[in-house]
Amino acid sequence: MDILDYIISNWGLIVTRTGEHVAIVGVAVALAVLTGVPIGVAISQNRRLAEAVLYVASMVITIPSIALFGMMIPILSLFGQGIGYLPAVIAVLLYSQLPIIRNTYAAIRNLDPALREAARGMGLTRGQRLREVELPLALPVIVTGVRLAVVMNIGVTAIAAYIGAGGLGTFISRGISQTDPRQLVTGALAVSLLAIVADLALLWLQRKLTSPGLRTR
Amino acid sequence: MIRLHQVSKTFPGSTVPAVDRVSLEVPAGEICVLLGPSGCGKTTTMKMVNRLIEPSSGDILIDGRSTSDCDVTQLRRSIGYVIQQIGLFPNKTVEDNICIVPDILGWDRRKSRERAAELLDMVALEPGAFLHRYPRELSGGQQQRIGVLRAIAADPPVLLMDEPFGAIDPINRVIIQDEFLKMQAQIRKTILFVSHDIDEAVKMADRIAIFRDGRLVQYDTPDNILAHPASSFVSDFVGGDRTLKRLQLLTVRDAMLADPPRVRAADSLKQAVATMEEHGHQTIVLVGPRGRARGYVPLQAARGAAGTVGENHEALPTTIRPNEDLRTAVSTMFRHDVSWLACVDEDGMYLGYVTLRGITRLLSETYRDG
Repeated sequence: MDILDYIISNWGLIVTRTGEHVAIVGVAVALAVLTGVPIGVAISQNRRLAEAVLYVASMVITIPSIALFGMMIPILSLFGQGIGYLPAVIAVLLYSQLPIIRNTYAAIRNLDPALREAARGMGLTRGQRLREVELPLALPVIVTGVRLAVVMNIGVTAIAAYIGAGGLGTFISRGISQTDPRQLVTGALAVSLLAIVADLALLWLQRKLTSPGLRTR
Repeated sequence: MIRLHQVSKTFPGSTVPAVDRVSLEVPAGEICVLLGPSGCGKTTTMKMVNRLIEPSSGDILIDGRSTSDCDVTQLRRSIGYVIQQIGLFPNKTVEDNICIVPDILGWDRRKSRERAAELLDMVALEPGAFLHRYPRELSGGQQQRIGVLRAIAADPPVLLMDEPFGAIDPINRVIIQDEFLKMQAQIRKTILFVSHDIDEAVKMADRIAIFRDGRLVQYDTPDNILAHPASSFVSDFVGGDRTLKRLQLLTVRDAMLADPPRVRAADSLKQAVATMEEHGHQTIVLVGPRGRARGYVPLQAARGAAGTVGENHEALPTTIRPNEDLRTAVSTMFRHDVSWLACVDEDGMYLGYVTLRGITRLLSETYRDG
């Protein structure tokens, strides 16, 4: 009951924190789509380059988030941005690369070669092939990568509270330091709920964007 | 018109040319089937025409213009392309698939959509039912029909077809082949058609080009290829039954003895015998008052018998139309254990007859001339 009381009396704060959380993940993943999809398309032409890029992206994702924040502090301090919003966005941007690049790459590589052959033979340019055929067909798989990135990074962003980025992680970090289970549970619940809602929203978007011709019966 | 002049292709890392100095000319409006075993260079030859593969040497001309002088994208848009795997775009409706080339050429949308509906009509697919479907909702045969329509949507003068009906079950393949030939009779495209199936080649081709190890070993009409193979390779490839295959190329009309003597119901058997003996025939056909074939009288049974033909004739076991091919005719004869068939038109009017002997003579003519 304490927890419920806490949530009701701090509703405004929860909404504000959720807004901060979404601002970090939303901006960072949007930037990651703008970079990751073109990279994924570009490396689909060259197997060795693709292996190198995917290797680097996999390494990045193995760095613990708290360590990544630590590494960024001295670098970004040079610009006076060592802690707060910017390092949080950069971390999420980096972590999002692997699922987005990998899914884009895999989706393009796995297209039926007959489609490329037919498209080339009919005189579609590289850009037309991408726009008319390859990206629409790859889209469901790319969005799956985006969903993965979003859900994963809602968790990462919770830790960014320790570098003063705000967000729902603040409830958790304060709950721990003040030994206050009300804040702790509120933060944990809110983060989980946000992850689930974001995933469902993207699932809906994925269905909307997928051509009816690709839907499985 | 498509003209290949001393075209060769050697792939990087290989010393043996995949295509070796091939020259051939496909007259406008004809179907040329490139035929040969796998790895013989027929597909490579075809893909050099729309420059999916660039020739190492030689020249390819379409309507007198060298393809190497054309912008490759423009060139491909002016050549229809059909592949065995069909390659319809699953994210697009049938209508949008057909209209891809018109769309990238910037045609008026209404005009191209009207054309898509007309084209569907041509292959007997109801436009209302099919235009807005997606490829996955169609059968393989329907998909390949759309694949062909997509290739001709922008009305290119030239069509390249890479084993287009190879993945379709035998029953539907025959239907689609017939349908395509009917369509070709209207659209008169100049077509390069890759196949490894001699029966398909004989059926579809105005000319057949037989390839072996990158070389063109014989280029001729189907009948000449079957009757006069240029080498033992060609004769092996076209098969030991090549003379039987020629039966497909000829129609009953070619072998039919037109307007033979006939008898009517009121004629006496004596008259029938006299007519047969006069012409050296073993049988004679009885026709009705307006000329429909009604039955026949065999010489053996009529000789010495009395009465009229009307009372003493036998029923015709079967009849055949003059536009059927001779393969069907011979098969019908074997099935009914007869050595001749009466030919009738669609109203049943007696036109003439065809005999096994007549067919044998017709087939052997080319050998006597040669």
